[in-house]
Amino acid sequence: MAKQDSKSDLAGLLSADRERVVDQWIDSVVGSLKGRISKAEVDRELRELYAALVEALVAGGEDARGDHLSETRALLTELSRNRARQGFTPSETAISVLALKRAFEPALRDGSAEDTDRYLRLSRILDDLALFTIETYTRTREEIISSQATQLMELSTPVVKLWDGVIAVPLVGTLDSARTQVVMEKLLQALVDTGSEQAIIDITGVPAVDTQVAQHLLKTIVAARLMGAECTVSGIRPQIAQTIVALGIEFGDIVTKATLADALQLALKKSGIDLVAHQGGGR
Amino acid sequence: MTERVPVLRIGDVLLVSIQVDLEDQTVLNLQEDLAEQIVSRAARGVVIDITAVEIVDSFVGRMLATIASISRLLDAETVVVGMRPAVAITLVELGLSLGGVRTALDLEKGLALLRRAAADTDRR
Amino acid sequence: MNVPWAAGQVPRTQGIAQNDDVVRARQQVRGHAQQCKLSLVDQTKFITAASELARNTLVYGGGGEMRSGLVERDGRRGVAAVFEDSGPGIPDIELALTDGWTSGGGLGLGLSGARRLVDEFFLDTEAGRGTTVSIVKWSR
Repeated sequence: MAKQDSKSDLAGLLSADRERVVDQWIDSVVGSLKGRISKAEVDRELRELYAALVEALVAGGEDARGDHLSETRALLTELSRNRARQGFTPSETAISVLALKRAFEPALRDGSAEDTDRYLRLSRILDDLALFTIETYTRTREEIISSQATQLMELSTPVVKLWDGVIAVPLVGTLDSARTQVVMEKLLQALVDTGSEQAIIDITGVPAVDTQVAQHLLKTIVAARLMGAECTVSGIRPQIAQTIVALGIEFGDIVTKATLADALQLALKKSGIDLVAHQGGGR
Repeated sequence: MTERVPVLRIGDVLLVSIQVDLEDQTVLNLQEDLAEQIVSRAARGVVIDITAVEIVDSFVGRMLATIASISRLLDAETVVVGMRPAVAITLVELGLSLGGVRTALDLEKGLALLRRAAADTDRR
Repeated sequence: MNVPWAAGQVPRTQGIAQNDDVVRARQQVRGHAQQCKLSLVDQTKFITAASELARNTLVYGGGGEMRSGLVERDGRRGVAAVFEDSGPGIPDIELALTDGWTSGGGLGLGLSGARRLVDEFFLDTEAGRGTTVSIVKWSR
């Protein structure tokens, strides 16, 4: 029975000086966000949160991950996600919870030992909720990063037609395994769509190649052969040539050319097209 | 009763177009049929069209390589045409590179390849 | 290993006793791979792996069955297939997973190749007690 009393006590702590506590809480949060969110919005967010928290504590929930606090967590999830999307830091997000502890401090100064005990218990719940906020924040940031990576992948992989029967992929930027795979699938599909028997993979814009990426390149070239097309790799820079040899990657009988122009010339020759300079040209 | 894949003849080229999900026995039958018909119909080339084939596993892959070897012994060139990108990627990952099998993007290019090969041999 | 079948999903069973069952197993797996929206390349890889394993079950295991369906773990969706036979089992797993090694007349790419085509591969076998192979491919 005594335990039940102490639980409602915790709710009592929150209800006792409610207006002053909430006002102070809102003020310190607004201050920490440096005006990037309007006071009216913070006011709405935090009052809703406070109400949910009080309700949970009245119901007897003290476990931050328990059922009673699920509504509170839902509100915090929304808050963290918004902060993450708007570009706030993790500290600026967690402070929304932690500042509430500060709001209780004045009451603690001239309170009894019982008050201190109640404060510590509340403090523990709030700490857990703050951690929850940071976790949600991080997860949201990861989602944003992975969706940006997908967008980047789609943006940066054009397959261009250079000539009838000759296509090229100019690769730009650091290649990771996932991106290389996407580019290569696109290249092979383009062979079918355009009926091209010659493909050029130009890596002039690639700063580094690791074993995995080189493996993907090799596999693509073999796959293209299985489909009846030939690939030439062009634009291998000196540093990359050194890495490829140092890593012991076997390029075997794959044709490589110094520049895209050389590769195009070879591809045209293989398609039976000769480039002839006109007499009197080059004036 | 196992299905048999029809073998068509255009000039001196045998054409096989695979349209169904192949059962292992059908694959073996095809191998036999082709070997027989290369001889009986005096074919100089074989085109196997796999445009419609969604899956080539090691069994079918081996059949393609075997047919290529058999036909070469019988003085006919084999070209596999129309392999889908996803199938090609999977075969490479599986570890099959079909060495010795000629390939072309589509039927037309495959026939052109056979004509070029025949012209080369005749010149020699 | 326990395959994390998706909630509310009962994996479908396909017996593998004769040649055309390999085709049926492939078609069943294709349905599941499309259902969980694997990319075309991933679908092809998974179905090909299933085809290799179904043939192994038939040829080396003397027949058995395949269960396949959707799986779920940590919010990710994927497709899984489990091949089970009560054949002679595999005495030397390491050897069986080596490229080019075969106890039958194949190319020796069945097990090792199938392993490269999927995200997760589990082999449970003992000489004389049969073989169970489970494969999973996750949707990206």
